[in-house]
Amino acid sequence: MSPRDTVLGKIRASMRVPAADSERRNAVSARLADTPRGIIPNRADLPKAGQVELFCAMAAQSGATVSRLGDYAEVPAEVSSYLRARNLPAAIRIGADKRLKKARWDSEKHLEIRQGASDGGDLAGVSHAMAGIAETGTLALVSGQDNPTTINFLPEHHIVLLRSADIKGDMETVWSMLRKSQGQGEMPRALNLITGPSRSGDIEQTILLGAHGPRALHIIVVD
Amino acid sequence: MELAAKDFKSNASKALVDAQLQKALGNVEKGFIGKRQKSADALPEFDALRDNARDIKNHVLAHLDLYLEEYERKVTASGGIVHWAETAEDARRIVLDICKTANARTVTKGKSMITEEIALNDHLSANGIEPVETDLGEYIIQLRGEHPSHIIAPAVHLNKEQVEGDFRRVHTHLAEDRDLSEPVSLLSEAREVLRQRYFAADVGITGANFLIAETGTSVIVTNEGNGDLTQTLGKVHVVVASIEKIVPTLEDTSQILRVLARSATGQDMSVYTTFSTGPKRPEDPDGPDEYHVVLLDNGRSAMLGTEYQDMLRCIRCGACMNHCPVYHAVGGHAYGSVYPGPMGAVLTPSLNGIDETGQLPNASTFCGRCEAVCPMRIPLPKMMRHWREREFERNLTPLAARYGLKLWAFFAKRPKLYRFAVSFAMPLLALFGGTSRRIRLLPLAGGWTRHRDFPAPEGRTFQQAWAQREAQKQEAGQ
Repeated sequence: MSPRDTVLGKIRASMRVPAADSERRNAVSARLADTPRGIIPNRADLPKAGQVELFCAMAAQSGATVSRLGDYAEVPAEVSSYLRARNLPAAIRIGADKRLKKARWDSEKHLEIRQGASDGGDLAGVSHAMAGIAETGTLALVSGQDNPTTINFLPEHHIVLLRSADIKGDMETVWSMLRKSQGQGEMPRALNLITGPSRSGDIEQTILLGAHGPRALHIIVVD
Repeated sequence: MELAAKDFKSNASKALVDAQLQKALGNVEKGFIGKRQKSADALPEFDALRDNARDIKNHVLAHLDLYLEEYERKVTASGGIVHWAETAEDARRIVLDICKTANARTVTKGKSMITEEIALNDHLSANGIEPVETDLGEYIIQLRGEHPSHIIAPAVHLNKEQVEGDFRRVHTHLAEDRDLSEPVSLLSEAREVLRQRYFAADVGITGANFLIAETGTSVIVTNEGNGDLTQTLGKVHVVVASIEKIVPTLEDTSQILRVLARSATGQDMSVYTTFSTGPKRPEDPDGPDEYHVVLLDNGRSAMLGTEYQDMLRCIRCGACMNHCPVYHAVGGHAYGSVYPGPMGAVLTPSLNGIDETGQLPNASTFCGRCEAVCPMRIPLPKMMRHWREREFERNLTPLAARYGLKLWAFFAKRPKLYRFAVSFAMPLLALFGGTSRRIRLLPLAGGWTRHRDFPAPEGRTFQQAWAQREAQKQEAGQ
């Protein structure tokens, strides 16, 4: 008997259930098809503008900094000034996301743009989030050429663009968005939910920012 | 680690007089209790979410075989490989084989209790593969050759001076006169040292907080980002997870996520919640070339259908130990098992048998705080009591305790005799207390009086006091 059949057999023996049990199978199929939403906290049950406000407030509470811009054209100047204010070299790592391209980086002549996955040598990376979750100030980022996962974790400063229209109340709405873009039951290779900069409390339970991931998370909400 | 649960009492005695440990244990209350309360209070739906989280896991456990089949089907469809492991030994062998096939010399590891349970690091080291723990707390205790003393704060038993000593001892390539007096400098040093290890590692091993049947996804929840670097930069990602980590859907995952971080660290969400599905795809610029999941049983299937089934709802948040007066007093190492605190006192006998572990379910005052804070509403005290009953049935309880219980039962079953006996005993004990009302030495109760005084009874029995109270109430009512 294969280890698989042994483990499944032991489970069925303990539960005293047969393998072919249509009632139990139907219960499982129904839950996977219906994906019931359960309890959604009221906190983010707000009109659109209120959800954006809540997202910004919750993100700030998690230790991120947030700025709001009216247009993608303003993004390069915002990124440059962020780097300058922190005495960082004028260089960023970015992926191939078309919305990042819209930003017209050539307006910042001194800014070096490195394309592709991070090799660990970048101090600042710029990504575009697929969504924001107002309930907790959380960003949702999807892996791939557009936004390589390494940019989320290797640079010391992570700058994330987010369209205000993509700010949703709760995680469950993001699952609906994903099912629409990926198909039911399908996921990107990696989906990163990010809430604030990296931290550790492992030394005397004192929270310190910048453990292994970015020391700082800067979110730019574009209207 | 070697199971040393039968040394609990002697370990606990040593822990109580260990000044360094006692100082560090003060951080448990400071670091966890108030933060959990604050975040729970800020979410009006918190208790309703706990009920729903409990119901979701109960549904999973009632259909576990079917959800595991569905999960495996989805992992395979996304290009991952599922390995089934009946025992810890099987899991160790499977992981070693994957590492050997990848010609691995070093592996990085995200924080994972399940790899502690199967003693993976020792097995890899013995076979010439170097495991590198990357979670800060796990890294520190690996340097010290210790095991985690807490399931989410593995180095909570240490003070910063001890960590500084370890870093100076091991990081000999760095300047001797560097300043490590502040925790932040210790953190930065670990970050620098470990950065190089991620890139050098051939395989990255993580645990999983959830396995999602709907999508074949493994989920890790972390604050440092080390688990993500581990699973993104290695050529091979190995997930080791036990069978009860299954949840049906993304929605069900969200329900439990809402109570997980709040119960663990008092955060609304941990910093990184990462959903991984299969290996790197053709167009991907990063991610692992191979994605393996090792599904471990190791005694869990035998808990299904028993009075210990509820324990399989556990999501390893650590709230039970954070709120346990016994854990606060002695720390995690005293338990002598991988899982400490109340959840360990129930799970360890389930996984290792009660013969060697009987002291653990006895290491509780049954104050009930663990159950009161458990996000999955696991009746921990009730299950500890079940283990005490098993222990008694199997004649494992010490002789003195057995005779004591028999003696008590003899009186308890004869109310008249009981009342008669205590009406003599109470005034006698009160006399023992003298003017200080404290008893310093009491025959047969040395275990108590060796460490603290026994408060003397006031002279009357509880039943006498109650009868008088009732009589007074009646009089007042008339």
